[in-house]
Amino acid sequence: MSNKIPRLLWLAALFVLAVVVVACAPAEPTKAPTVAKKIVIGFTASQTGKLNVESKKQIQGLELWKDHVVKAGGIKLKDGTVLTPEFKFYDDESSTDRVQALYTKLINDDKVDFLISPYSSGSAKAAAVVSEQYGKIMITAGAADDATMEQGFKNTYQTYTPASRYLTGAIDLLAKFDPAAKKIAIVHEKDSFSTSVAKAADPYAKSKGYNVVLLEGYDSGTTDFAPFINKIIAAAPDAIIGGGHFADGTTFAKQLYEKKVTAKVVALLVAPPEPKFTEIGDAAQNIVGPSQWEPLATFSEDAAKKAGFAWYGLSAADFTKDYKAKYNEEPSYHSAGGYVAALILQKAIEDAGSTKPDQVRAALDKMDLLTFYGRVKFSTEAKTHGKQVAHDMVYMQWQKDASGKLVKQMVWPLEAKTADWQPRK
Amino acid sequence: MNIEALLASSIDGLMLGFVYGLAAMGLTLIFGVMKVINLGHGPIIALGMFIVYLVATQLGLNPYLGLVIALLLGLAFGIVVYFLAVHRVINAPELTTLLATFSVNLMIIGVGTVVFTTTPRALAIDLGTWQSGVITVLGTKAVAVVIAVIVTGALYAFLYRTRVGKSIRAVANNRAAAELMGINSTWVLALSFGIGTMLAMISGGLLATLFSFTILSGGIYELKSFVIVVLGGLGNPTGALVGGIVLGLLEGITTIFIPVGWVPVIEYVVFVLIILVRPTGLLGAR
Repeated sequence: MSNKIPRLLWLAALFVLAVVVVACAPAEPTKAPTVAKKIVIGFTASQTGKLNVESKKQIQGLELWKDHVVKAGGIKLKDGTVLTPEFKFYDDESSTDRVQALYTKLINDDKVDFLISPYSSGSAKAAAVVSEQYGKIMITAGAADDATMEQGFKNTYQTYTPASRYLTGAIDLLAKFDPAAKKIAIVHEKDSFSTSVAKAADPYAKSKGYNVVLLEGYDSGTTDFAPFINKIIAAAPDAIIGGGHFADGTTFAKQLYEKKVTAKVVALLVAPPEPKFTEIGDAAQNIVGPSQWEPLATFSEDAAKKAGFAWYGLSAADFTKDYKAKYNEEPSYHSAGGYVAALILQKAIEDAGSTKPDQVRAALDKMDLLTFYGRVKFSTEAKTHGKQVAHDMVYMQWQKDASGKLVKQMVWPLEAKTADWQPRK
Repeated sequence: MNIEALLASSIDGLMLGFVYGLAAMGLTLIFGVMKVINLGHGPIIALGMFIVYLVATQLGLNPYLGLVIALLLGLAFGIVVYFLAVHRVINAPELTTLLATFSVNLMIIGVGTVVFTTTPRALAIDLGTWQSGVITVLGTKAVAVVIAVIVTGALYAFLYRTRVGKSIRAVANNRAAAELMGINSTWVLALSFGIGTMLAMISGGLLATLFSFTILSGGIYELKSFVIVVLGGLGNPTGALVGGIVLGLLEGITTIFIPVGWVPVIEYVVFVLIILVRPTGLLGAR
C-alpha cells in the first residue's frame, strides 16, 4: 500500500508535468479558420432588345470571370474567409425603365452585395440613380458616358474609357494618313453616350483645322438613314464619324455602302469591333471602330513591371483562349469589359480584406493597376468621383486578307498597330 | 444646298411614300366602311414584317413569297379580329371601338414581345442599285414601289369591278340601305376589316425588305398612317396613297434643309392644320 501511493503520486506528477509542458510549448502557427461565404453580385442583362448583342458579350465575360474564380477556390481574404461569387440577374429588355425597377429589386428583394451595371450608358445611368440612392457599390461595364460620372457619385466606378475620348483618335488617324483631308461629317445616335462622343469630337475636329460639314443626331432605333446619307453625299466629307450602338451602327454602315458613299474614313461607335459586324459583308470593309480592348492587345505582367504598375489577373492571351474555349467565338471589348468589371471588384474586395462597403470603396479609390484590359484608375475628385482616368482606346479596322476574308486589324495608335490603315473606297 | 441632293432625297421620300400610302390605305378602308379607327394597325404592320422575315429565314423561301403569305394570313387574321373584338361593339359609341382595337394592339405587342423579343431583325436582300450622279436607287425600294402600285391597282379593281367590292362600297355608303338590298353587312364588315389588315401586313412585309425592325416598329408607321389618312381624307383609299406620297416627299425635301429630328414636328403641324383648315383632307372623303 505504501509503495502504491508514491507510484500514484509519481504518475499524477508526470501527468501534471506533461499537461504543463504541452500547455507551455510554443504554439504552432494557428491557421485561421476557413469561413466559406457566398457573395452575390447583381446586374441586369439586355438579353432581348436593341442592346442584346453587346450585352450578351458583357454577360459572357462576367460568367467567365465567375468560372475562373470558382475554379481557383473563390475570393480569398486575409482573415481566411473564402467568398464564392454568385450572380443574380434579370433581362432588362434594353429598357431603362425596367433597369430602374430591377436594380431596386436586386437591392431590396435579392439583397445583393455588389452591383455591376447593365450594358450601355443610358442603362448604366438609370442603374446608377438607384445604386447611389441605396449606397450600393456598382462597377459600370459598357458605360462610357462622361456626364453620368460627373454627378459626384460616391459608389459608382467606371471601367470604360469615357466617351469624350472615343473618336478623337479617329480624327488623329485621318490627320496622319490623309493630310489633305478637310471635311468631317458627324452623325450620331441621340442617346447620352453617343451625344457625349459627338460633343467631344466636334470641337476636337475643329481644333485640328477640320471643317465639320454636318453634325446631326438620329433617334435611337432609327432604321432609315437615307435622309442623313443624302446630306452626307451633298457635303462630300473626307471622313464620317459617329454612330451609336450595334443595331443602328450596322444599319448605317450597310446603307452607306448601298448608297455608294465614298468617304475615306468611316469610324463608328460600338458596332465595328463586334465580330457579328461582318454579317453585312463587304459593307464592313475598311470601317474603323474605336475599341476599349482587342484580343491583340499586349498588356502583360512584364509591361506592368516596366511601367511601374501593379499587375492583376490573367493575361490577354489566357482570357482570349479561355473565352474561345467556353463560347467558341472571339471575345470583343464588351466581353473584356464584363470580365474586368468583376475583376476590379474582386481586387478591391481582396485589398479591403472585407466586403464592407466603406472598406471596398476605399480600396477602389486607391486602385491603380494594369490588367489584361489595360490600366484602371478612378478619379477621386468630388465631382468626377469614380470616373475612369487611366484607360485608353485602340482603333480597329476590318480589312480583307489575301483570301478575301474580312479580318480585324489594329490600325491606331501606331504603337499598337498590326496593319497599316487602309482608305475606304 | 445643291439641287442634286434635293433630288436624291426627294426620290427616296417619294418611293417610301408609296409604302406609307399602302399602310395608310388599310387604316382608311376600315374607317371608311365601318367608322372604326383601328388602333391595332401598328402591331399588325409589325406582324407583316415578321411573317416575311420568318418565311425567309425559317422556311428559306424568297421573302417576296412571304408577301403572298402575309396577304392570306392578314385577311384571315383581320376577319378573326373583327369577330372577336369589333363586331359586338360595332354600333357602340366610337370610344368603345377605339378601346377594343387598342386592346388588340396591346395583346399583339404583349404576345409578340414574348415570342419575338424586341431584338432587331433584318432581312439580307440585295437587288442591286441603280446610280446616276448622286442619285442611287436601291432595287429593294423600286420593287416595293412596284408592289405597292400593283396592290393598290388590285384593290381598286376589287372595289369597283367585283360584286363583293361593290357590296363593300354600298355598306360604306349606307349600311342600312345595303342591308335592305340583301347585302349581309356583317360579312362585308368582316371582309373589309380583313382587307384593311391585309394591306397593313403587306406594307409591313415591304418595309421589312427595306429596314431592320422589331415587334414595336409598327408604332411609327401607325402614326404616319394617321397623318396620311387625315391628309388624304378619312375613308378615302386614293387619298391615302396620295397622302402617303405627299408625306414621303415632305420628309425627303425637308430633311435636306432641317435636322431630321424636326421632321415629325412638321408632320404633326401639317396634321393639325389639315384638321383645322380642311378636315375632309386634300382629296375629301367620298
